[in-house]
Amino acid sequence: MSTLTAPRLRRPESDWPGHTLAVSEPLRLDGGVDFGPFTIAYQTYGTLNPERSNAVLICHALTGDHYVADPHPITGHPGWWTTLVGPGGVLDTDRYFLICANVLGGCMGTTGPKDINPATGEPWALDFPVITIRDMVRAQKRLVEHLGIEQLFCVIGGSMGGMQVLQWASSYPESVYTVVPIASAARHSAQNIAFHEVGRQAIMADPDWCGGRYLSHGQSPSRGLAVARMAAHITYLSEAALHRKFGRNLQDRNAVTYGFDADFQVESYLRHQGSTFVDRFDANSYLYITRAMDYFDLAAEHGGSLPAAFAGKQPRFCIISFTSDWLFPTPESRAVVHALNAVAANVSFVEIGTDKGHDAFLLHEPELFATLRGFLEGCAEHRGLTRFWTAGA
Amino acid sequence: MNSSAALKIDPAVRTAPVSPGAPGELRRDLRLIAEMIEPHSRVLDIGCGDGALLAHLARDKGVDARGIELSQSGVNACVRHGLPVIQGDADSDLETFPNHAFDVVVLSQTLQATRQPRYVLEELLRIGKRAIVSLPNFGFWRIRVGLLFRGRMPVTEVLQNPWYDTPNIHLCTIRDFVGLCDEIGARIERSLTLDRHGHPYTLDPRGSLANLLAEQGVFVLSGPDGDVPPR
Repeated sequence: MSTLTAPRLRRPESDWPGHTLAVSEPLRLDGGVDFGPFTIAYQTYGTLNPERSNAVLICHALTGDHYVADPHPITGHPGWWTTLVGPGGVLDTDRYFLICANVLGGCMGTTGPKDINPATGEPWALDFPVITIRDMVRAQKRLVEHLGIEQLFCVIGGSMGGMQVLQWASSYPESVYTVVPIASAARHSAQNIAFHEVGRQAIMADPDWCGGRYLSHGQSPSRGLAVARMAAHITYLSEAALHRKFGRNLQDRNAVTYGFDADFQVESYLRHQGSTFVDRFDANSYLYITRAMDYFDLAAEHGGSLPAAFAGKQPRFCIISFTSDWLFPTPESRAVVHALNAVAANVSFVEIGTDKGHDAFLLHEPELFATLRGFLEGCAEHRGLTRFWTAGA
Repeated sequence: MNSSAALKIDPAVRTAPVSPGAPGELRRDLRLIAEMIEPHSRVLDIGCGDGALLAHLARDKGVDARGIELSQSGVNACVRHGLPVIQGDADSDLETFPNHAFDVVVLSQTLQATRQPRYVLEELLRIGKRAIVSLPNFGFWRIRVGLLFRGRMPVTEVLQNPWYDTPNIHLCTIRDFVGLCDEIGARIERSLTLDRHGHPYTLDPRGSLANLLAEQGVFVLSGPDGDVPPR
């Protein structure tokens, strides 16, 4: 693909790969609003078998999208989970039918705050209803029903994707055979809410945010969104990974300049992360989706009891955390494991040793691949999924 | 890992040259344990190592077999082989399970490496209808002779680590263990004493001879009068 395009060359949205589902029946949101009609943008890989038993729903993270294994239509970068997805991969497209949908409130095709509010003819902006992780999952359930799938073989995702996975297990246990939340938690911690608030304040402090109505004013709060991304990006890495990558190395210079230029490589790197992010992400979507994560607290939905969130027949769980992840540290995963023990659920729990921090789930991490492969193999065997399904075979 | 290092299961003991894919090579004491387990029951193996026992139970006996293992390499090996295993340890994770969640809870060559053996044993009998416990016998004659004549802490086939580098912080004799069972009201439903090659003796575990000759003991326990002990 020669799609390493500058933003000005981006493909029009109508030309993006993937599918859309127009949902006419409104969705009752946690906030009490009946929302709809709305659109879900999604992508699929592989083929659904005649029994409709080989579907895997992939849930993306905060700034992810449904381009799991496609080049991103704006940046041209490879899909965000090409480490796992492909023929013969851990998420084997010769074997599974993979589905990933852009979350409700997102900005890559599913209805979000940058879309037109039919009541006003203007972008929704802050009139868009506040959504929750459960609302996102409700929308995904609509899509899965539309595709005629009664039970997903697996729901898998990292970080906010893992929150959706846990929500699936809690809300629709009979609709999932196995669930894999990676680097995630059953609630957003105070520290994580605090980091999100820094990001949101950075966006809202940008005068170009225009009280949220920047699209109507032909503006973009790029500086605020870039700062939000920079702050968040630090939380995705570990001190060890930052040190290994950059140390105190200087950027294209031999000595510090006694000024506020990006003297250090790490500064230059963060500025780059911030500036490229604004090309592909909507600032208001960032506000809404971070809010959804903040509100996530699975136990609170069940009278403060996390085991109660998983009462009844449960899917098989494979919970994975990373040693150097300080955003969703291992104790968060362990709390879920303990809640599942309390209801005697079938659960595997692996903590993977790595210095790559929270982002490890997106990176080349052989131990992660081996764990997932083994777990999914075992479950596929139990589910009676043949290794290679081909049409007519 | 500092605080938990002392609880690491002696890798030489736990991971004999057995892989979950090699059914015929199950370690002898694990094979004896496997024979005590009913097909299609629910089993939790605490300190399951690389999952050799779990794999055997799941594959050959249709057992709903789960595991807990402290070492990351052990857990990862199990999950890679499709076995439901969580990373954790006997001292801190058992309390999360409900009463009688399992038909059988297995604690093989691990009790002596826990911080609180009495508490762990009580927990086993709470979460399992039965517990199968195997442990090295510190009353074994070679250990006694070694102490008496050499004046040194034992290093044997079962206890392979020197005293300063052993996970085995709560060693006991078979007689000690039987005493603990009596104290907490655990019923010994069945017991086996094994020689150094893992062959069973037909010796009463309460007798002096078993305490002298056996290198290991395997016990099937149940809670007092089938009741669930209080938490």
